[in-house]
Amino acid sequence: MDCQIHLAQLEPTLGNLDANLAMHAEAASDAASQGADCVLFSELSLTGYFLKDQTSDVALRRGEGPLERLAELSKEISIAAGFIERGEDGQLYNAYGFWEDGELLGVHRKVHLVTYGMFEEHRDVGAGCEFAPIESKHGRFSVLTCEDAWHMQGPMLAFHAGADALLIPSASPARGVLTGSDGLGSVQTWERLLSSWALLTQTWVCHINRVGFEDGIGFGGGTRVIDPFGESAGALEGLDAGTLSARIDSATLDRARVALPLRRDERAWILARELSQRAEAGGWEGRGE
Amino acid sequence: MSELDVSEELTTDLLVRFLRSEAGKFGFDRVVCGLSGGVDSAVSVGLAARAFGPENVLGVMMPYRTSNPSSEADARVVAEAVGITTRKVDISEMADGYLKEPEVTDRMRRGNVMARCRMIILYDLSVEWRGLVLGTSNKTEILLGYSTQWGDSASALNPLGDLYKHQVFQLARHLDLPSEVIEKAPSADLFEGQTDEDELGFSYEEVDRLLVKMIDERWTEEELVADGFELGFVRLVANRIAANQYKRLPPIIAKLGPRSVTHDFRYLRSWGH
Repeated sequence: MDCQIHLAQLEPTLGNLDANLAMHAEAASDAASQGADCVLFSELSLTGYFLKDQTSDVALRRGEGPLERLAELSKEISIAAGFIERGEDGQLYNAYGFWEDGELLGVHRKVHLVTYGMFEEHRDVGAGCEFAPIESKHGRFSVLTCEDAWHMQGPMLAFHAGADALLIPSASPARGVLTGSDGLGSVQTWERLLSSWALLTQTWVCHINRVGFEDGIGFGGGTRVIDPFGESAGALEGLDAGTLSARIDSATLDRARVALPLRRDERAWILARELSQRAEAGGWEGRGE
Repeated sequence: MSELDVSEELTTDLLVRFLRSEAGKFGFDRVVCGLSGGVDSAVSVGLAARAFGPENVLGVMMPYRTSNPSSEADARVVAEAVGITTRKVDISEMADGYLKEPEVTDRMRRGNVMARCRMIILYDLSVEWRGLVLGTSNKTEILLGYSTQWGDSASALNPLGDLYKHQVFQLARHLDLPSEVIEKAPSADLFEGQTDEDELGFSYEEVDRLLVKMIDERWTEEELVADGFELGFVRLVANRIAANQYKRLPPIIAKLGPRSVTHDFRYLRSWGH
């Protein structure tokens, strides 16, 4: 893997597929002209976030018009973008697709929906139930959509799947303005979390957030890339839209994994045994989806 | 340094962006704001001047015949310091047209009528000025219900609604607003000699310290008392917050159909924009 990625921190217009698609096309074209291999957008980048009753209005089936346009654009540059998927089962999902060479390579349906505080995702969409890596010509990518990165199972499965990079799109609101912190509290918390995952999974971590406001709730930016040692490889500061360019490669992965042989020393079978024993004992009874 | 202190640069940046973004979605780049001579409206217009340019902010002074003349003088000092356009509309005749016959003597009723007269003027001028009505209610008064429903609480866009009074003062200093409005005792100036803290029965500093723990951090009554707050004060404030919830919500609609406004007809304001 040796990939030049562009992370597009943009401001989608709520519920306006046409405007957002045009914004994606422009950003993809710009990234391609600058020699990028891959352009990554934020969670629900095609639709905006607090959709509520607009969710169904902007839902797309795989292969539908705007997604076909992204497929077309992916002949120039690999593209990852967020949208509301209308699944074959008729359910709506918070989805993140990856297009390459004119094809849809994979879709991650957000597993851990946020339904607390200001969030109401589970009122409007169903939960995904798998973490399948995307096999791109640029590398093996595991997608964790926002809250998916706040639970251990997604990063852990990516680790065991041999992912080269975690792609973490989010629509994370800006919160925390008290004195004593260097910037938004929410952005700093994300930075700690992302750095921890990079260190523990020994992968590249690409976090793509958005900016702008939806009914008074601002989105905090903080788009960044972290290397497999847990160190920053670039970040967008402040609340402006912008693009972050970074190079992610296998050589750095190899160095990190030799320096700290976490993979060699992992004892996944212990986890598997403990979890299956708990499952057999009914440890999760009533909690299944 | 207080536990309530916000990062001034960061907060100002966020609020200026908020004003531009939310007004811009609806095609507006101008605002109109009641200018009382107090710290809240001074900070609101100070932020708006940064967001839209002072030439796009209209500050309206709306004295009643019993208003303290120093309020208008302070409002003019603020307007001059920030560089905004001003207008004066005396509400005495308008309010008295209703208050005189039969005479309304209750202080609270009279104050509410004045606050609602001012709301009528601001919403009317918003058409002439082609700007949104800018709010000035801070988080402390919203939580305590210390405002007139459909009066001073009415606005299209409120940059102060998630800032405690302490934080409003902090931003006032950061925005370099005139010391006249920062140093004087906050007052609604609805009757002679009125001050907020006399009327409320406690100081803003005291209640802000309580509110941040009670509301933002969800401390229990026992935890607050153990932290040194008096039980009576904690209960007084908690009861006030709950009793005034109606002021923060739209009117109650009886649900009859499958999708009812305010219940399960869920769209943001920018829907369709």
